[in-house]
Amino acid sequence: MASNRLHNSDEEKYRFETHRKGDGLLEISFVGRWCLDQDLPAAAVILAEKEEGIRSLSFNTTQLTDWDTGFLAILRALFTLGGERDLSIDQEGLPKGVRHLLAMASAVPGQEAGKRGGTKQNFVSRIGAATIDFFSGAPEMLHFLGEITVSFGRLITGRARFRFSDLWWEIEEVGPRALVIVSVISFLVGLILAYLGADQLRLVGAQIFIADLVAIGMVREVGALMTGIIIAGRTGAAFAAQLGTMQVNEEIDAFKSLGISPIDFLVLPRMLALMLMVPLLTLYAGFVGMFAGALVSVTIFDVGMFEYYTETLRALEVKHFLVGLSKGSVYGAMVAYAGCLRGMQCGRSAESVGEAATSAVVTGILLITIVASIMTIIFYRLGI
Amino acid sequence: MNAAPHIEVRDVTMAYGDFVIQRDLNFVINRGDIFVIMGGSGCGKTTVMRALIGLQRPAKGAVFYGGEDFWKVEHEEQERLKRRLGIMFQGGALWSSMTLGENIALPLKEYTDLSPRQLAEIISFKLALVGLTGFEDFYPSELSGGMKKRAALARAMALDPDILVIDEPSSGLDPPTARHLDDLIIELRDSLETTIVVISHDLASILAIGSNSIFLDTETHTMINSGKPKDAVASGDPKVRHFLTRGAE
Repeated sequence: MASNRLHNSDEEKYRFETHRKGDGLLEISFVGRWCLDQDLPAAAVILAEKEEGIRSLSFNTTQLTDWDTGFLAILRALFTLGGERDLSIDQEGLPKGVRHLLAMASAVPGQEAGKRGGTKQNFVSRIGAATIDFFSGAPEMLHFLGEITVSFGRLITGRARFRFSDLWWEIEEVGPRALVIVSVISFLVGLILAYLGADQLRLVGAQIFIADLVAIGMVREVGALMTGIIIAGRTGAAFAAQLGTMQVNEEIDAFKSLGISPIDFLVLPRMLALMLMVPLLTLYAGFVGMFAGALVSVTIFDVGMFEYYTETLRALEVKHFLVGLSKGSVYGAMVAYAGCLRGMQCGRSAESVGEAATSAVVTGILLITIVASIMTIIFYRLGI
Repeated sequence: MNAAPHIEVRDVTMAYGDFVIQRDLNFVINRGDIFVIMGGSGCGKTTVMRALIGLQRPAKGAVFYGGEDFWKVEHEEQERLKRRLGIMFQGGALWSSMTLGENIALPLKEYTDLSPRQLAEIISFKLALVGLTGFEDFYPSELSGGMKKRAALARAMALDPDILVIDEPSSGLDPPTARHLDDLIIELRDSLETTIVVISHDLASILAIGSNSIFLDTETHTMINSGKPKDAVASGDPKVRHFLTRGAE
């Protein structure tokens, strides 16, 4: 009779006895409770090495009062040990349920035993493997970039297949719904820029040039950079999680099986949405930053409102807007690329979805930083 | 076999807001039963199961475990009652960041003081019972759907629960493996006196292992038959016969 209660310390504890019988037979008697809540002995303790000259094992369970999986696991280990010592084992003395469950554990229908290959690597090998993994990712990234380029080609020639409702949904998701966070961050960054400039410019009595610093800084550089980083954390991670979950659910395989390009259907709308909306968000971030700069200058550093406005207009040129907008568009493309790439590379588990989202943010910010540096140098060389 | 009520469902109605899934359910699951919850797709079998295992509060009615009203006892008592349950979810619900061995070890480590050696032996035994010998170090993502199901059953059995609730045990399994699982369910009931609740569509399995059952109807949103599945084929409601004869009647 078995019990499933885990804590039943009132009942008799386990005990075992071994009796040598004639003709090399060892009888093992199990007495009392043999359950999971007890510190049961190892099989090697029951069938000790000193028991020499044994050819067979039998069991006596007439005084066994209770058992559960703990008992079954020990018997299984005991059978394995007996097998290693070429002992014949007579199970007749075991309870019927025990015999049946043990038989079921060894009767595996058509399933080969699993084997985990490979050996543990040392530290140097792990560094080597990680380096190879890092560089072997580059061709995959280029391949994905190529697929997106081809997909854009299909879009231009009108052969790309995706739903415009998805594009609108993505545009709404990445644009208007990001306005609040972009407003808050841009306002604070504009405020910081104004304070930073005022600190130095006040020394030479040139507070009015806070307007130049904030306007050019926000419109040309910082607005796009901050928006890119916000979008990488907010939207890039979301893209990776969405596509990653679709990988887990085999939805992407379903697209492929129907001959529909998942790049066209899933990646293209996301790329377009970000490439269209990030420049607009960048423009918006620039205006919010300038507003914050004006607020600080007028209220804290005694710059006249009209003076600040006139100085801002004088400082800003169309080229600054064009530089900011072009950077915003490229950053948007980078974030969408990183999010979609990591989502499409996702494995088939919940954990991989988390890894894909994290990796999308890291890749997105890394790409933005690299591209920002390159573009800044190019624009400088071109005198823009 | 002791036929004392193990779980009693009294006047239970399951609903999502105003939408009633199943209403006025009354049934008893006796100790040692292999109790099958049957019904067409979307009839609310899994929702009723969630009420049985304490994951979803019924809109009305009560679920008793050995005389204790689950939703009226203290939180600690609810947790204690839940520990008597082993649950195999429809999709397996294995923790993907853990290997199969770690999946089975977690409840054992949480509720027992087993040594690492004992843990390893028990994990190996549980996996062997479901035909996954040697798969301790595999992650769920490395397994097929059927293997995940069996691994989930091994985890559900980890603590030798009083009540084992199994959602769709044989879906995704090949016939010999499904048959092995049926045999295992019967053996767990016979050897460890485990009460087993099975939610299933698999007619062969239902008829082979079910000792008691209910049939949930999609249209009327209530239970329209109860009793042994074999009897339901001959004398049950027409809808039940239609279901159990695969639409032949």
